[in-house]
Amino acid sequence: MSFPWAENYEPKHPLMKWMDAKLPLPRLVYNAVGAGYPVPRNLNYFWNFGVLAGVALTIQIVTGIVLAMHFASNSDMAFTSVEGIMRDVNGGWLLRYMHMNGASMFFIVVYIHIFRGLFYGSYKAPREMVWLLGVVIFLLMMATAFMGYVLPWGQMSFWGAQVITGFFSAIPILGDPIHTWLLGGFAPDNAALNRFFSLHYLLPFVIAGVIVLHIWALHIPGSGNPTGVDVKGPQDTVPFHPYYTAKDGFGVGVFMIVFAILLFFYPNYLGHPDNYIQANPLSTPAHIVPEWYFWPFYAILRAFTVNWFWIPAKLWGVLAMFSSILLLFFLPWLDNSPVRSANYRPAYRIAFWVLVVDVLILGWIGKSPAEEPYVRIGQVAAMYYFAHFLLIVPIIAMVEKTKPLPNSISESVLHGEAEEAAPIGVGSAH
Amino acid sequence: MATSEYVDDPNQRPPVIGAKEEGGAGPRRRDFLNIAAVSFAGVGAAAVVVPLVNQMNPSADVLALASIEVDLSKIAEGSGIKVAWRKQPVFVRRLTAKEVSEANAVPVGELRDPETLAQRTKPGKENWLITMAVCTHLGCVPLGVTPGENRGDFGGYFCPCHGSQYDTAGRIRKGPAPKNLQVPEYAFKSASVVQIG
Repeated sequence: MSFPWAENYEPKHPLMKWMDAKLPLPRLVYNAVGAGYPVPRNLNYFWNFGVLAGVALTIQIVTGIVLAMHFASNSDMAFTSVEGIMRDVNGGWLLRYMHMNGASMFFIVVYIHIFRGLFYGSYKAPREMVWLLGVVIFLLMMATAFMGYVLPWGQMSFWGAQVITGFFSAIPILGDPIHTWLLGGFAPDNAALNRFFSLHYLLPFVIAGVIVLHIWALHIPGSGNPTGVDVKGPQDTVPFHPYYTAKDGFGVGVFMIVFAILLFFYPNYLGHPDNYIQANPLSTPAHIVPEWYFWPFYAILRAFTVNWFWIPAKLWGVLAMFSSILLLFFLPWLDNSPVRSANYRPAYRIAFWVLVVDVLILGWIGKSPAEEPYVRIGQVAAMYYFAHFLLIVPIIAMVEKTKPLPNSISESVLHGEAEEAAPIGVGSAH
Repeated sequence: MATSEYVDDPNQRPPVIGAKEEGGAGPRRRDFLNIAAVSFAGVGAAAVVVPLVNQMNPSADVLALASIEVDLSKIAEGSGIKVAWRKQPVFVRRLTAKEVSEANAVPVGELRDPETLAQRTKPGKENWLITMAVCTHLGCVPLGVTPGENRGDFGGYFCPCHGSQYDTAGRIRKGPAPKNLQVPEYAFKSASVVQIG
């Protein structure tokens, strides 16, 4: 993997030598996240978010395993058992709030990680596979989060399950049998709750597996960097350990502070009060909204209100919502610009920030009721979302005049340092 | 010499499947055994998938909740009740004469899912509108079974989730839902008792 100047693992202790000969696991770790992995020396703090996502997944798995020890996966008992965790289990409130808000933190971190990739062209060759695996992880995360939200069996759990499994009933002809098959009944009930619990426990480990592939695929070309310029030699890199373990350690500290503020001061801020009412199959809450991390996609789902051609509005909405994510699989081939970093792509840089605003608008629409003017705004924003990927990005790639790239990473970095180190007025004169 | 030995012992030929004119020496007995064994294992594996997939379908106890009886005597004209059938809500609504005539006045050809009120009710009982209380969009329970709730622009039902509106025959008139509210199988056991399912 990676570059020829990478530090070589040399065990010194006889036990480690013995271990290295039998099962070179320490060598694997050393080469993956130790001194054996050379990383561009100019990474900024946006490169922390991959590690932070790993930290968030670990928090979810650890808290999830202990919560499962107290949860009763039965439609008669699930709600009561979650209330029991909150009131009776020792420290249960803390564990559940960690798990609830940990999911939000996971999505915040992953969304920043994805937009980092969009800004710096991390999806481009030679890292297409890293991006594709990342989209797979994102889809698995969404499935896991949805099924986890159903487990407390509150009103939003139940009606969220009803609406989201209802997507599948939009499939022509086979829709209703598939819907019934997924739920194991005609509406969400005990069968659905149990299978969601089983899968909610399984999928995080599948995510962990795909993360291994994601990192493996990343370590073949090596990490990207904010200039988007390839690594040219040892002067462009530093070993992952201790340089980026330290930098990531700082990032983890900031992450933990934000997490603690959310957890201890606003534990229900990102939740919905209706989910503290037990599921009632006979009464729909007046205003159903999914969790915040699904809002943009929910807005795209609801953007279709009339039948077009022979396809009903419902199927359009479902197709649009799924394709809004599946579209990301094609991004490496939609954007043909040879320049990776938006820092050297003036037009793409603007399009990027417009996309960020567009997704924020979609999020706001997804949380708003299905009324005017929200519906109309949502339609425009959804249209723009697709236009960004299908029209704007390919066209920019064709016509944009990019800025000159630095000759190398070290030159771009050291140039700045020479300026700073020089006396005032001398550095800029050269 | 060596080639002639292959011909004598088919199992010593190189592993080539194909007729002589394709350059192969024809299938060997071992080829037959390989294909037969792998095919058999494949059929076996496919057979195991069937119960693994089928276990996801509704179990016998879920299907057993298949029919209920509803007492109609307490339902006032213009109002209705919600009952649970197969764990899903059902609207049982007694239409007023005005609501019946409103439903009949709509030209059927203009509807998204064309059906008359008579097709959606039992003969002689057109004022009893019995439908699933499950919006055909994404499955929310629409409002409007009692007069106090929002009945939408068409006097029938209004779905709060995504704004679908149904008329007094439970037909979709506006909003994202593709179909009319589904009419379950039901029969009048007597003048005041109806069996659903």
